[in-house]
Amino acid sequence: MKDHSRTNVRSDLNPSRLLTFRIDDRDVSAHENESILTVARQNGITIPTLCHLDGLSERGACRLCIVEIKGINKLLPACVTFPRQDMEVITASERVVGYRKKILELLFTERNHVCAVCVSNGHCELQNLAVELGVSHVRYPYLYPHLAVDASHSRFSVDHNRCVLCLRCVRVCDEIEGAHTWDIMGRGITSQVITDLNQPWGSSETCTGCGKCVQVCPTGALSEKGKSVAEMIKRRQFLPYLQMMRGRQDTSWTK
Amino acid sequence: MDKIALATTWLDSCSGCHMSLLDIDEALIGLAAQVEILFGPLVDNKIFPDHVDVTLVEGAVGSEADKKNILMIRERSRILVSFGDCAVTANVPGMRNRHAVADVLARAYIENADPAAPLSCGAQAGKGSIEFQVVPALCSKVRPVHEFVPVDVFLPGCPPPPEAILYLLSELLAGRSPDMSGKTRFGA
Amino acid sequence: MNIEDLHQIARMEQTQREGFQHRINVCVAAGCLSCGSGQLKEALEKEVSRRGLDNWCKVKGVGCLGLCTAGPLVSLETAGTYYQSVKISDVSDILEALGGKPVSRLVCPVDTAFFQRQVRIVSENCGRIDPERIEEYMAESGYEGLSLALSQMSPQEVIEEVSRSGLRGRGGAGFPTGLKWTAVSKAAGPTKFIVCNADEGDPGAFMDRSVLESDPHRVIEGMTVAGYATGASQGFIYVRAEYPLAVKRVRLALSQAEHMGVLGNNIFNTSFNFTIKVRLGAGAFVCGEETALIASIEGRMGRPRPRPPFPAEFGLWEHPTLINNVETFANIPPIIRKGGRWFAGIGTEKSKGTKVFALAGKIINTGLIEVPMGTPLRDIVYDIGGGIPQGKRLKAVQTGGPSGGCIPERFLDMPVDYESLAKVGSIMGSGGMIVMDETSCMVDVARFFMEFCKSESCGKCAPCRVGTRQIYDILSKITANQGSPEDLAMLEDLCDLMKSTSLCGLGQSSPNPVLTTLQYFREEYLSHIHDKNCLAGACKSLREAK
Repeated sequence: MKDHSRTNVRSDLNPSRLLTFRIDDRDVSAHENESILTVARQNGITIPTLCHLDGLSERGACRLCIVEIKGINKLLPACVTFPRQDMEVITASERVVGYRKKILELLFTERNHVCAVCVSNGHCELQNLAVELGVSHVRYPYLYPHLAVDASHSRFSVDHNRCVLCLRCVRVCDEIEGAHTWDIMGRGITSQVITDLNQPWGSSETCTGCGKCVQVCPTGALSEKGKSVAEMIKRRQFLPYLQMMRGRQDTSWTK
Repeated sequence: MDKIALATTWLDSCSGCHMSLLDIDEALIGLAAQVEILFGPLVDNKIFPDHVDVTLVEGAVGSEADKKNILMIRERSRILVSFGDCAVTANVPGMRNRHAVADVLARAYIENADPAAPLSCGAQAGKGSIEFQVVPALCSKVRPVHEFVPVDVFLPGCPPPPEAILYLLSELLAGRSPDMSGKTRFGA
Repeated sequence: MNIEDLHQIARMEQTQREGFQHRINVCVAAGCLSCGSGQLKEALEKEVSRRGLDNWCKVKGVGCLGLCTAGPLVSLETAGTYYQSVKISDVSDILEALGGKPVSRLVCPVDTAFFQRQVRIVSENCGRIDPERIEEYMAESGYEGLSLALSQMSPQEVIEEVSRSGLRGRGGAGFPTGLKWTAVSKAAGPTKFIVCNADEGDPGAFMDRSVLESDPHRVIEGMTVAGYATGASQGFIYVRAEYPLAVKRVRLALSQAEHMGVLGNNIFNTSFNFTIKVRLGAGAFVCGEETALIASIEGRMGRPRPRPPFPAEFGLWEHPTLINNVETFANIPPIIRKGGRWFAGIGTEKSKGTKVFALAGKIINTGLIEVPMGTPLRDIVYDIGGGIPQGKRLKAVQTGGPSGGCIPERFLDMPVDYESLAKVGSIMGSGGMIVMDETSCMVDVARFFMEFCKSESCGKCAPCRVGTRQIYDILSKITANQGSPEDLAMLEDLCDLMKSTSLCGLGQSSPNPVLTTLQYFREEYLSHIHDKNCLAGACKSLREAK
């Protein structure tokens, strides 16, 4: 396991450790190591996320949690951006919501997400995001890639057609379970999550069969065998406890 | 009050959305007072009228006939509704898109055919190829309706719940643009 | 090694050089090497030996002479003559002609704008010294800047000199170098790193390659000065593996520098230690992005991470790291020697100094040029570049590689500097400059660059990973005459999405070629869509060739 303790103090954090700033015209307070996303959620402000999961390191990759910050001309992801004193954050401007919808639509086009026959139908974070953002159809052409299913494991299966490359499986297997069975192969649109050195999951020598990856997967890409359509309900209660026990600091996204 | 001219059709689909439409049960009676169905699987008329107010299009565009029909339907409909996941996203029919049409046909009609049963044309099952002579040719990819024609309202769901369908029709009848958010979703 | 030793070596080198009546310099940088200049040099050396002229005539290999299209290039140092397209069969004639009239059929005129209008700072030694001999670098005031900095300037004063020069990062972004050095020097911590970004991934760019092949010590000296100024004691040169000659020359230069005591422990007998290691890339354009580059050096997958925090504070192994481009470091030694004010006297108000450009495409003088910032684009294309071959009409100049834009002919009188390029929708980039004429289809140009970005996208963020593919598909459709009017709106929509929401510079800037061609060459898109016709007549033949 990596040693995540840090001796370097970030200078974009407030030295007095507590600060106040504004989200959507509301005054909120934060500790220096709380991200904008964390503080927003504490105050009942929802910002959509996908690659974020409490208990796992942040990636800032899915770009769904982007927010506007007054005085900064770039849109920054709330999960990896830390507030400064008197910062003004706008979480749901028309522009940002429009971008979020388009990013989600691009995700739907990237692979083959057929909700009607999926084990996660009705319990899927991708679906929920579509409802939350009001996506009723996708304006971009579907790509229809040819992707495989690996059902070689005795208890689990991975259907790459449903994967959104959030890399939660990679992170939980590396950071929480410590086996690092999952990793990513390829570049760009040819990226794919793989087990070991792109070997069948069933013959993996590192997999401990703990099933954490299945539970953290937001869609039906990773599922338990024996579940039929709409039957895969994920159980995530274990994560914060494991994180607490291992005393992991949540800034290793800088890696 | 004049009745609204409604048409329905199914392209590459399972007809489940039409079943869901019928599942509005007794509300059909109230609907019948306001709506006249001029074309579709539920009625006798098989020639699409010159002008229709609302057309519910179930199913994805998967064959040359579907393509021809959807263009014609768009021209003659004031409001076109993509009715159900197949029309909105290509859904299950779209699952054949990863394979070449020839492979799909070979698998369905040749490899999976019962080798013992003789074919009506006298040929042996398990051999031969499929030619499109009367049946419309399949497109290389099944695609959603809005990739061919502009769509006015999207109603996802597999099938869309009857309540959502009823709500949509009621809003259209009242002359309003229906806001479907929260009433249905992909795979509903 | 102290300053007297340095001068001694320089003097000895000078004396030795002048001991030869004739000096024949053969370009052995990658371009000319690929046309056989290596064998040519050997043939010359053998013939000189055979004729017993070893004490009279010295043959040596030098770096890039600039006019790559005319290679193999040979320069006769004493006579000031250049020969072009030299073959082994020309060896006898060349030797016979020494001391007399040059071989007229081989002469490459040097009174042309190509040679006369260049102001060579970064490339001042390229083509004049043997890049494999540190002594020759020292004979050209090499390592004097470092000695000056270590003995007479405080780190703060070095940074002030760099700031005074107005030097801006030559890797593409144009960030003020002095500011970056200040940030790293102020960052807390005993361990800091200097990284030289030699990944040079832009198609058509070969400036950094040339500098590393032709004058590697310059970059080493610049990095060492940076280490002194910012408090770093370890440096890395991250060079793409596709530059084996540059890697070889850099490694040789590093070992020579260490041997001579201008690198390593107690440089110039001071308490300053600095070492440099070479790290190779592995075929990823995205590793030119600084956070991906850092990940690559650390042995992780080369994928960018969100910024802030910036590498100046959290870089290599979470230590403050200064990352600069090869050309940026190459400007440092003369800035220290001659002063920042001297450098600031060249160029424009906001873009100081010179810039090395790799001229390519439909241009007569393909090769490497270095011109002051602010030089009009017209002069670069027509005077220095020699104009368009076969008398064709200029259509556009593409700058900045896949992150840049296409500048139409009507802006030809604009000065080439950071601000002016940004104003027309392009960027300076690393210096790639591709000239296009009436036979280039601008839609196909956009498609080419987007294909590149699609295959180089790291895949971490959805807007870039899927966006590049979607945009590429649309552009392919359009060039195949299957596009529809709605496609243009979707193109602009996706470009805006990628620019605003991508995680790193690759995604944020990859729409630029599409956007500039849509803005300036929209008629070509419309012709493909409505008339099913390529206005340049290019796309049809491309498809037929397939």
